[in-house]
Amino acid sequence: MHGSGLSISAHLPALQIAVPLLSAVICVLIRKARAAWLLATTVAWAAFAGACVLLNRVILHGTISYEQGGWSPPWGIELRIDLFNALVLIIVTGICAVVISASLTSLSMEVPEKRHNLFYAAFLLCMTGLAGMTITGDVFNIFVFLEISSLSSYALISQGATRRALTSSIQYLVMGTIGGTLLLLGIGMLYMVTGTLNIVDMADQLAMVGPNRTVLVALACVTVGTSIKLAVFPLHIWLPNAYTYAPAIVTAFLAATATKVAFYVLARFIFSIFGVELAFEQMHLDRVLMPLAIVAMFAGSIVAIYQTDIKRMLAYSSVAQIGYMLLGLSMATVPGLTGGIVHLFNHALMKSGLFLVMACVLFRVGSTHIDAMRGLGKRMPLTMAAFVIAGLSMIGVPLTVGFVSKWYLVSAAMEAGQWPVAVLILLSSLLAVVYIWRVVEVAYFQEAPEDAPAVKKAPIGLLVPVWTLVFAIIFFGIFTSLSAGVAGDAARMLLGAG
Amino acid sequence: MFDPGLFNYWIIMILMMTGLYTVIVKGNLIKKVIGLGIFQVSVIMFFVSMGKVRGGTAPIASESFEVYSNPVPHVLMLTAIVVAVATLAFALALIVRIKEAYDTIEEDEIRELEAGEEG
Repeated sequence: MHGSGLSISAHLPALQIAVPLLSAVICVLIRKARAAWLLATTVAWAAFAGACVLLNRVILHGTISYEQGGWSPPWGIELRIDLFNALVLIIVTGICAVVISASLTSLSMEVPEKRHNLFYAAFLLCMTGLAGMTITGDVFNIFVFLEISSLSSYALISQGATRRALTSSIQYLVMGTIGGTLLLLGIGMLYMVTGTLNIVDMADQLAMVGPNRTVLVALACVTVGTSIKLAVFPLHIWLPNAYTYAPAIVTAFLAATATKVAFYVLARFIFSIFGVELAFEQMHLDRVLMPLAIVAMFAGSIVAIYQTDIKRMLAYSSVAQIGYMLLGLSMATVPGLTGGIVHLFNHALMKSGLFLVMACVLFRVGSTHIDAMRGLGKRMPLTMAAFVIAGLSMIGVPLTVGFVSKWYLVSAAMEAGQWPVAVLILLSSLLAVVYIWRVVEVAYFQEAPEDAPAVKKAPIGLLVPVWTLVFAIIFFGIFTSLSAGVAGDAARMLLGAG
Repeated sequence: MFDPGLFNYWIIMILMMTGLYTVIVKGNLIKKVIGLGIFQVSVIMFFVSMGKVRGGTAPIASESFEVYSNPVPHVLMLTAIVVAVATLAFALALIVRIKEAYDTIEEDEIRELEAGEEG
């Protein structure tokens, strides 16, 4: 038995992909909603535990390279886990575990029970794809896992209660497929130049070949392709509809994971394959990405202020928050990239928290329209308190995670001598005050209409996941060594600064 | 300007732009999906033509041949074709559902119906 324990631990990277994939098949076969939920939840928490072990191992022993099927890279497919993707893996599996725990209660409102097992199967497939994209060391694998996660997320979005979920899903499908295919085209051009698909080997070969037109076109294809999946302004038009009309649980899951993994893929391509010199000094990617990031920060927040559906408001706020992450990336300095990665981690916690609050409101009130929120502060005190804390974090109030990311981004901008950018970050945070305050005002300072039906408190099955995320928001807002510390080391590694 | 040795890339670019144009311009969802298919196929052809070596044979170890085509891009495309088929199947399934829900698959008519819902 001693030997088998050791070997399972050694195969942990492969299990992160294999276990959810096989469990998805079992979910389809067992046909019982509750059993499928139990299996999916167990698998998700086990994957989260595995991700924690992997991060710990990376911190102690350095980068893990796992040879799939015993073929050594660059010929075989490698799973490669370093500080950067170990952190992303933790956030993907962690959010997945929390959200799927909440889904037993919330889903019964929106999806007929006979389809629940299929829903959990799609959920697990999506998680497989996202985890696979994160830990693989092979660029073609990234494409395959991207399509696994995309196809299952189109299916998840189309499960929304209204017919608009269907049109949102096909809109996302069309844009997502164009993005994925462009990524594939870019990968093809890289393969033409380097003759390899392994990320590490590809970076070495590219450094030897030097820049030529094929490499530059590949960079353009990869950047545009991943930017569509990341919903970079102005390629974000699929996002508000998809987030608004998907089931509440799906939105909480995708908002915190799908765009984050797309950000990871973009950063991995730019920093680990193309290199800073090619991407920023020759192609001047920063001159494209930074203005887009700043426009996204403002346009997303301003549009969010005028939304009457709170789910839609949070979706536009996501567009703005993606702007902050991209801003950090486009600085291409250690503090800037640290800010981007920390914000990836922190925004996942806040946004899935806020969308889970919307799931509670939808469950009890039946609508996420702002008029439905009137007087909710008294009627659902715990739920709305969670909204307030997560909302304060969106604004960037100290002792929450939002403050940590804003702090890193502002100080990175100052350090690079770009003080106008720092001012713009602060100004756009003020816009977040406006759209969060609208909800707080309606919920706490307006009375519920007299004829409003009595509203019970949110069910415990939803409150526990919501407050888990709220505690994480405060915990990582105070103890930043895990999130910001690891992100800083990851940024130094990506930029090759030791 | 026109190098006949690169004609496969010209064909691929023309196909790719045809597909992209169809996706953007056509309002009929089925036509959009067809455009998407053409777009994906152009990239598949890009990979397949990339692996071909002029005068090369199938990569089977034999003493009588020395030049082989590169099998890796061809094998990769097996996966990409499966992805394209899965995407197509899912898109068509969605379009059937959209037809049931809206009684049309024209994008502008759907948009009008949705605008009417909002009010």
